[in-house]
Amino acid sequence: MSLKKIALTELDRFFSAIALKKKIYLPVEKAGQYDYAPWEPGITYHPEVLHTVKSAKSVFFPQSEDLVRYKRSGLSLAITEVPPEDEEFVVFGVHACDVKGFEVLDRVFLSDPVDTFYKARREHGTVVSVMCPQPEETCFCETFGIDAENPGADVQARICEGTLYMEALTGKGEALLEELGGIVAETNEGKDSEAYAKAAEEHKKIMEKLPLAGLTTDGFGAEADLLTLFNRPEWKELSSSCLGCGTCTYVCPTCQCYDIREYNTGKDIRRFRVWDSCMYSDFTMMAHGSPRPDQLQRFRQRFMHKLKYYPDNYEGAFSCVGCGRCLQKCPVSMNIVKVMKTLGGADHE
Amino acid sequence: MQAISAKIIERAKELMREGTVTKVAGWKAGEFFYDAEPNIFETAESLDGLVYNRFCAANLSKYMIKNSAFESAGKVLVILKPCDTYSFNQLLTEHRIDREKVYIIGAGCEGMCDIDRVRALGFKGITGIDEKGDGKTLVVHTLYGDGEVNIDDVLVNKCEFCKGKAHKIFDELISDNEDEGPRGDRFEGVRALEAMSPEERFAFWQGELSKCIRCNACRNACPACSCRKCVFDNAASGVASKANTDSFEEKMFHIIRAFHVAGRCTDCGECTRVCPQGIPLHLFNRKYIKDIDEFYGTYTAGEEAGQRGPLITFTQEDREPNSVSDKGGN
Repeated sequence: MSLKKIALTELDRFFSAIALKKKIYLPVEKAGQYDYAPWEPGITYHPEVLHTVKSAKSVFFPQSEDLVRYKRSGLSLAITEVPPEDEEFVVFGVHACDVKGFEVLDRVFLSDPVDTFYKARREHGTVVSVMCPQPEETCFCETFGIDAENPGADVQARICEGTLYMEALTGKGEALLEELGGIVAETNEGKDSEAYAKAAEEHKKIMEKLPLAGLTTDGFGAEADLLTLFNRPEWKELSSSCLGCGTCTYVCPTCQCYDIREYNTGKDIRRFRVWDSCMYSDFTMMAHGSPRPDQLQRFRQRFMHKLKYYPDNYEGAFSCVGCGRCLQKCPVSMNIVKVMKTLGGADHE
Repeated sequence: MQAISAKIIERAKELMREGTVTKVAGWKAGEFFYDAEPNIFETAESLDGLVYNRFCAANLSKYMIKNSAFESAGKVLVILKPCDTYSFNQLLTEHRIDREKVYIIGAGCEGMCDIDRVRALGFKGITGIDEKGDGKTLVVHTLYGDGEVNIDDVLVNKCEFCKGKAHKIFDELISDNEDEGPRGDRFEGVRALEAMSPEERFAFWQGELSKCIRCNACRNACPACSCRKCVFDNAASGVASKANTDSFEEKMFHIIRAFHVAGRCTDCGECTRVCPQGIPLHLFNRKYIKDIDEFYGTYTAGEEAGQRGPLITFTQEDREPNSVSDKGGN
């Protein structure tokens, strides 16, 4: 199959053409940091940026969103539904780890009971992935079987010598490239063309040199014994530095827990959901109190969920994509790699 | 710092073996050279994993709240850098730490480096850093080649404006530093903000604070934020939102926090160091410190334990609020 291409210098035309019809989200710089935000004229795409602070999940599962509004007057209660997303949009520049992160969320939100808000966004969003630029020493996506050179999604792209090459992988992806027919050029080059293949080969060489390249999931997953893992004494020391903040959870592409709260605006009541963090003392608070009163238990919950409970629930799939954000952002440098290296490998009876 | 690192390990082992302390709070070697994590060591053997290097910026004072609690058995040894001792003193002043349960080794410090600042200079895939003999240059090794940086360009913000190399409280010192006094003018950034028009200043903070993801890292790392139940975690308070649902909320959280620590903040810089979004939160605190200095005379929180700060001490010479807002009156 032939590829479509556009010079990086022409990307503004590409974004403008999409923006005429729909919103396009991409990593946008704000005061020195990158996060996904809608493109506007004047915003430049920075292909050299590996990670946004918040992952691309924030487009499909925003940090906060209204679910319903209601208002009481006298004895009557007026309820206003917040309609799910009904406009098409594009997410551009997602790297392999974050694409895989969507799959982790899909298993949770698209299985029964289906999350209508998430589902609507997934249906209306077209994802354009890009092979990541220079991976960092904190990257370990291959541990979870991710192919960093071929990130997948609706349209898969790769930057080779100043040109963005695109390949549609789904009907949605084909429709997008079709629409942009006047902007992107048809090439005669296939995926086996020299420049296209070379970019991936060079990328692969770096992937092999990554310091975490040999990290395995041995000792975790559906086969591991839950109680043995749960009762490992090492949790105490591992969790001793944890501040109980939510940084790891909020930068994570696979964390999916949320809380539902209400806010009285004075005019009406807004019921909204917000990302929650199992690291917080009030996580899953019940009438009798918290089921996990100590930080050790909260800390353990996060990693057991990613490495044991989730695989148990979803046919062995892990809830980590090795993006390395938690390695870079934890205020006390504690992270999933340290947990895996401490508890993984052969069973410690 | 390698030399004093070995001395610290040796001394900590001694203190543990002779029974003076039962636990040691230090930094444990991490996965990379720059990611040592705070750790509570419980055996003398495990202390071989203790490190003290250019990347041990985390302030261990706050861990002493939990580890010196009355139910904990024996003394805990904590390694404090000069700046950390201010936080420790302030926590003593606030009766949050039991001094009798803590043994302090004051560790000398040549300034801590911030791996994010090295990354910001364009280094990717960093695998190692060597310090050159001149004490000024770092050689950065990466997956994509090597380069050099000036140490001064990659210091943690709090070290760029170091308060001085003198420990304000300790049981013993392991240090070969001379105290050269404060480094740089820490109010430089505050002056720049004061020189802005209100509109410019608003735009500056709007830009910075709108990045906030409400992860609470600043609050949880802050030694002055030691409330048992924070108002922002209390669902009954009406302000306990877990996200910034509007632009008012993102400012409210940080401004309330800054006011709450005013007069108690020792400018330890942890808030800015831990922020995943790189928000310069220390500028709030330094603004209040500068104002307090100007209104009530120079005051340094944490200089000594048991101080009475100007905001909780009434004198007849105190300025009236309206004299500050230029609205007339006395």
